[in-house]
Amino acid sequence: MYVLEMDHVSKSFPGVKALDDVTLKVRPGTVHALMGENGAGKSTLMKCLFGLYSMDEGQISFNGQPVNINSVKEALALGISMIHQELHLIPYRSVMENIWLGRYPRIGGSKSPVVDHKTMYEMTASLLKELNLNTIQPTDLLRTLSVSKAQSVEIAKAVSYESKIIIMDEPSSSLTENEVEHLFTIIRSLKARGVAIIYISHKMEEILKISDEVTIMRDGKYVGTWPANELTTATIIKRMVGRDLTHRFPSGESTIGGELLRIEQYTSPNPRSFKDVSLTLHKGEILGIGGLVGAQRTEVMEAVFGLRLHSQGKLFVNGKEVVCNNAYDAKRLGMALLTEERRATGIFPVLSVQENLVIANINAYRNKNGLLNAAKMAADTKKSIKELDIKTPSARTLIKSLSGGNQQKVLFARWLLTVPDILILDEPTRGIDVGAKFEIYVIMRELAAQGKGVIMISSEMPELLGMTDRIVVMSEGRVAGVVASKETNQEAIMELATKYVG
Amino acid sequence: MEMLNAKKVKQFVMDKAIFLVLLLLVVVIAIINPRILRLQVLRDILMMSSTKIIMALGMMFVILTGGVDLGGGRLVGMAAVISASMLQTADYVRRFYPDLGQVPVILPILLAVAVGTLFGMMNGLIVAKFKVPAFIATLSSMLIIYGINSIYFNMPPNNSQPIGGLRADFTFLGSGSVGFVPVIVVFAGIVSIIVWFVLNKTVFGKNVYAVGGNPEAAAVSGINITKTLVGLFGVCGFLISLSGVLEAARTGGATNNYGNGYELDAIASCVVGGVSTTGGVGTVSGVIAGVIIFSFINYGLTFIGVNPYWQNIIKGVIIVSAVSFDIRKYVQKK
Repeated sequence: MYVLEMDHVSKSFPGVKALDDVTLKVRPGTVHALMGENGAGKSTLMKCLFGLYSMDEGQISFNGQPVNINSVKEALALGISMIHQELHLIPYRSVMENIWLGRYPRIGGSKSPVVDHKTMYEMTASLLKELNLNTIQPTDLLRTLSVSKAQSVEIAKAVSYESKIIIMDEPSSSLTENEVEHLFTIIRSLKARGVAIIYISHKMEEILKISDEVTIMRDGKYVGTWPANELTTATIIKRMVGRDLTHRFPSGESTIGGELLRIEQYTSPNPRSFKDVSLTLHKGEILGIGGLVGAQRTEVMEAVFGLRLHSQGKLFVNGKEVVCNNAYDAKRLGMALLTEERRATGIFPVLSVQENLVIANINAYRNKNGLLNAAKMAADTKKSIKELDIKTPSARTLIKSLSGGNQQKVLFARWLLTVPDILILDEPTRGIDVGAKFEIYVIMRELAAQGKGVIMISSEMPELLGMTDRIVVMSEGRVAGVVASKETNQEAIMELATKYVG
Repeated sequence: MEMLNAKKVKQFVMDKAIFLVLLLLVVVIAIINPRILRLQVLRDILMMSSTKIIMALGMMFVILTGGVDLGGGRLVGMAAVISASMLQTADYVRRFYPDLGQVPVILPILLAVAVGTLFGMMNGLIVAKFKVPAFIATLSSMLIIYGINSIYFNMPPNNSQPIGGLRADFTFLGSGSVGFVPVIVVFAGIVSIIVWFVLNKTVFGKNVYAVGGNPEAAAVSGINITKTLVGLFGVCGFLISLSGVLEAARTGGATNNYGNGYELDAIASCVVGGVSTTGGVGTVSGVIAGVIIFSFINYGLTFIGVNPYWQNIIKGVIIVSAVSFDIRKYVQKK
């Protein structure tokens, strides 16, 4: 017996068949993972289910009854909720107002215009208690909560709709390992209540740990559904990409040279941020920076790059003390930074691939009259597209229409045009599919082989362990330890990451 | 504990920086000429502030959704002209409607306010349905309202003469008082309480904050965005035209140029009072404080003899600093 059956679903957009005869059957009280590379059609399928898109063909049955879902409101009313990647919450409002948004209890009946705050408070308090979210108060302002707590509020909201199906789209992408554990606890309690979870994630370990069944999609088509305990990371990847990916990480040894970058005692003026951070990066080295979310890893690296203030600390490039107060200085010093938030601080969505590519290096294309040399820009763009194997119809395509992995490759190419010696990559593979991840790892390896230094901030343990030479583990803004990647394991890193917590 | 307190104080100072600077300016004015602190003068300032409070509260609804109403000032003029044109004394020589009898005072007021509400709702509809940014939609309605008002004002026999000779029962609303308490201040008080109630206790008010704070979240939660926008622009039009009617009653006259530029004062007062231009944040008490401080400075600068041209410069500096401080608060400090 299934709570949800989506049969023969097809959906086309101009020029693309996004979904081609896809099937998804979900049992009540289970976690059903939906997997596939970016562009495989997972999000499109979920948007059809949640009333954001209408299907061209196909049938949705809910509790055995055929249903038509034409709007989000109808989906919610049926008992289908979605926790989005970008949390849909209102920062300057309280937890209770966010949960009951659009359905406030009213004084004197459902037609009354006056909100019943007392009832709303009590309903929220008992809901939070039910889900064991004891650290959240109904009156807390959303913006004072951590990402993990805000997500818990979203889940509480979904529960308050008495949802039978909760779609979670990459719910763990900005959570720490501890927070993921907490999320799993909540998910298990939801399962116990008979709620079905459709779980979308790229993280194999998580999927294998939490899910009961796994449906895999590829290129808009249905590949199959299997019980999770019959699958391994390798079999999932094989079915997702349709080819054998025996190695998740490219092989290759680093040849480590002399010192390239040294940070001494970097300290933020903000007492809650980083403190006394020192680290050294060598030529040809891939240095990982691990730690929990909130360990101030991004903040330190942005300070090194001149985007944030530091009140103390010295910076050495090639052994010489230097000053780096802004990104312009950083570029001059041979640094490049791939930021964490690709959409917010990386791409210019409505500009073309070429414009996105040349922007960091734009001064190099000025001829003696101060005008830009279009031929040179086009040539460099063409070269970059080829070298990094960026999949785009043309250099003039708007970057927003590319997949996440290809956008990331454009950003990589953007910085490579500036011929940097030091590359700082902040979560370079977040939210991109397995195939593209591998390609990005290959690029990193090549750069290291050329004698450049690469710093990679990552929250994915396997990636940290598999790609780096050494790992600097940060905890609560401080360096908790530096470990050699080959001689450590996840547990040891976790222990360091929690060293100064609490 | 000590540290925490120091930090809290610093945070408070940062958050309220513009407010504190203006309070300082108030103190400076009061030191230069302490006579401004006489009860009679303060009462005048409060009366002057009353219509502005009502207008700024209307403006707040729009700013809460991240927009502004640039047509507000012209709407003040239209409401003033409509109400004044029908509320002249019978023996006044140059009557707008020479043959109009003694209509109940409430009728022209209702008419003026209804027209204002309608224009507001139209702005809301254009913003919601055609996704026109509020400042463009209201820039257009500013021109349209002024045009229509000027045509009306130019109708014979008035031919663009200032409207005067207003009835005592009308001017009482603006300049009368019961004992020492000015009627118009009571109006502003009642309106403030109602607006506070609407924003904090009703579903509509919560929806306004929700649509302003995160329109996508509001939409996904099944809130009718169009209805909310039309409603809040309607409330804005209602309150601004009400302030226009009271402005005519307070000053005892009206022309088509009444209220010109008032929208800027209202926006400035809101921002000074902590209404965020990025949407979703703002309180009634903040707006009231903003208006009173702003009026005090306006009045005070004249009172201590500052050249009016300089006053404009000072106001400009205040507005831009208020917004920059505000933005600083919400943009994560680096």
